[in-house]
Amino acid sequence: MAARTLYDKLWEDHLVKEREDGTALIYIDRHLLHEVTSPQAFEGLRLANRKPWRIDANLATPDHNVPTTGQARGVEGIEDPISRIQVQALDANCADFGILEFPMNDVRQGIVHVISPEQGATLPGMTIVCGDSHTATHGAFGALAHGIGTSEVEHVLATQCLIQQKMKNMLIKVEGELPKGVSAKDIILAIIAKIGTAGGNGHAIEFAGSAIRSLSMEGRMTVCNMAIEAGARAGMIAVDNTTIDYIQGRPFAPDGELWDGAVSNWKQFHSDEGAVFDTVVELDASLIKPQVSWGTSPEMVVAVDDYLPKPEEETDPVKKQGYERAYEYMGYKSGMKITDIKLDSVFIGSCTNSRIEDLRIAARVVKDKKVSGSIKQALIVPGSGLIKRQAEEEGLDKIFIAAGFEWREPGCSMCLAMNSDRLGSGEHCASTSNRNFESRQGHGGRTHLVSPAMAAAAAIAGHFVDVSNYL
Amino acid sequence: MEKFNEIKALVAPLNRANVDTDQIIPKQFLKSIKRSGFGPNLFDEWRYLDEGQPGQDCSQRPMNKDFVLNQQRYAGAKILLAQQNFGCGSSREHAPWALLDYGFRCIIAPSYADIFYNNCFKNGILPIILNEKSIDELFTQVEANEGYQLQIDLAEQKVTTPAGESISFEVGAFRKHCLLEGLDDIGLTLEDAESIKAYEQNRKQDKPWLFNNLK
Repeated sequence: MAARTLYDKLWEDHLVKEREDGTALIYIDRHLLHEVTSPQAFEGLRLANRKPWRIDANLATPDHNVPTTGQARGVEGIEDPISRIQVQALDANCADFGILEFPMNDVRQGIVHVISPEQGATLPGMTIVCGDSHTATHGAFGALAHGIGTSEVEHVLATQCLIQQKMKNMLIKVEGELPKGVSAKDIILAIIAKIGTAGGNGHAIEFAGSAIRSLSMEGRMTVCNMAIEAGARAGMIAVDNTTIDYIQGRPFAPDGELWDGAVSNWKQFHSDEGAVFDTVVELDASLIKPQVSWGTSPEMVVAVDDYLPKPEEETDPVKKQGYERAYEYMGYKSGMKITDIKLDSVFIGSCTNSRIEDLRIAARVVKDKKVSGSIKQALIVPGSGLIKRQAEEEGLDKIFIAAGFEWREPGCSMCLAMNSDRLGSGEHCASTSNRNFESRQGHGGRTHLVSPAMAAAAAIAGHFVDVSNYL
Repeated sequence: MEKFNEIKALVAPLNRANVDTDQIIPKQFLKSIKRSGFGPNLFDEWRYLDEGQPGQDCSQRPMNKDFVLNQQRYAGAKILLAQQNFGCGSSREHAPWALLDYGFRCIIAPSYADIFYNNCFKNGILPIILNEKSIDELFTQVEANEGYQLQIDLAEQKVTTPAGESISFEVGAFRKHCLLEGLDDIGLTLEDAESIKAYEQNRKQDKPWLFNNLK
């Protein structure tokens, strides 16, 4: 048999039927649901008098709208009535159809892309979809995972399948050792800066190389999470012992005899020697510095010791126009350095960076230090109730609170500001989230994407600094 | 889903690359549990000068007169001419819902983000890909000629300009078929229910750990 890529294997393993028109019916093993993109799908099922095909393939939790304070009050604690109705709709739909949900006052509740791996509901070799573009996160486990729209949420509920066309294969190889203070987030930001936000369009990306293999599962999830910001619906990483060790013992992971069978099967989920990729991109890990996004697109990224790029020096007219708009929106003067940007706010959280490892490194940076007086708000939002509990057992909450951070409850929070956590107009925020689009974190808000360590150091300094001096 | 066959309609130009889904429909409007009513909030941040809230009467809000869709000459446009990587960002289907609710049935751009592109077809919107040279020429024509209309023929896969020039475009056979017929693809997939059941049975036997009950 010809050498196959990881994506080729996952694709072929899920083929129910190939059609003459070039599309294929692909079986879906796991479907994750949250409150924002599912209500219209459930309504569609009811209108057509259809039932979910396989109830036990689904797992739901509210995350986008949930407040990050007062969650003990449950849904009643959501003050915005429109948000409350959306969360209540998810609760009611899951109850009606018998779908497992971790509701607001369940310790297992959290950001959907954090809780599924945490519970062992994300496994190698699976197809995993969710009405959310950051579903690529689960590709870190050697799974084929991508975001879908609401029509496809309904399609998966009704048929356990999707109609797909095979994507192209892209390999992004990151070799070498990361310098001190440089993390998974810096790797993915550097990749997006290199290939652009449309670089991965039409492709499934496999991240490989020694720098990727040396990452923990948390770090790998951070990298795959932002495949969509590089234009690719799916990002993935081969299965190895790090993957298997992470899964063992989690609530929904197989055990006993099933575990042995599963592990021996999972070991095939890597690209074969000599497999052919349509596109190959290589990065030298040792040259990656701490990254900061300066503009309004995740490709507008430079190293912390850089100057802002000058629009007048850009030769590509599309980029130049984008730079000019970003300058206007972000309120820059020409010739500024990244370290000259005055920060108003710091947000550590989101499906990109809210896992225990992210909180540990941030705590290490801020321990025995104080948040700068110029910072109006500094939020720490753990990705799940279980991560929050673990962090508290490790005493991280006390370190953050002593430094002047607010220790919040789990949810998407200020990544997209659908709840009440948001930036004021014109405010600059060092954020560990994934998108720096205009008004993403609040009307007129100005986002800078960084790693948790960089965000923590920026909170202390009041502006961006090279975090390697803080570690 | 409404069928798409042929339309002849006014074209509105949105000359920006990388228009993201947060711009197409900002997040505060995603709290709705309906599929309709998003039109007044399409491009909300750019169309209005204030911060939009769900459920508001948009006719009373201050308009950004500089934004292209607010110009009278583009009122009633059903075709949106756009730039590279249109619809990047999230998977929110609210983006095509908002475009459709506003009145757009067709988008013409050099490239789209993958998920957005797919979502358009599920909602009766035809996203056409043309090369950058054709797109640049269309922008020039649309901006120079008030009332500029294009004719779109999906069956023939062809865009026709007022001068009678026709430009052909590619579209996947399955997507084209569904759009032309206004088909519900869930119904089509369920015609293969036996194949799905057989696949599932085999999978359960070979890989039982994938069927661990979530409870």
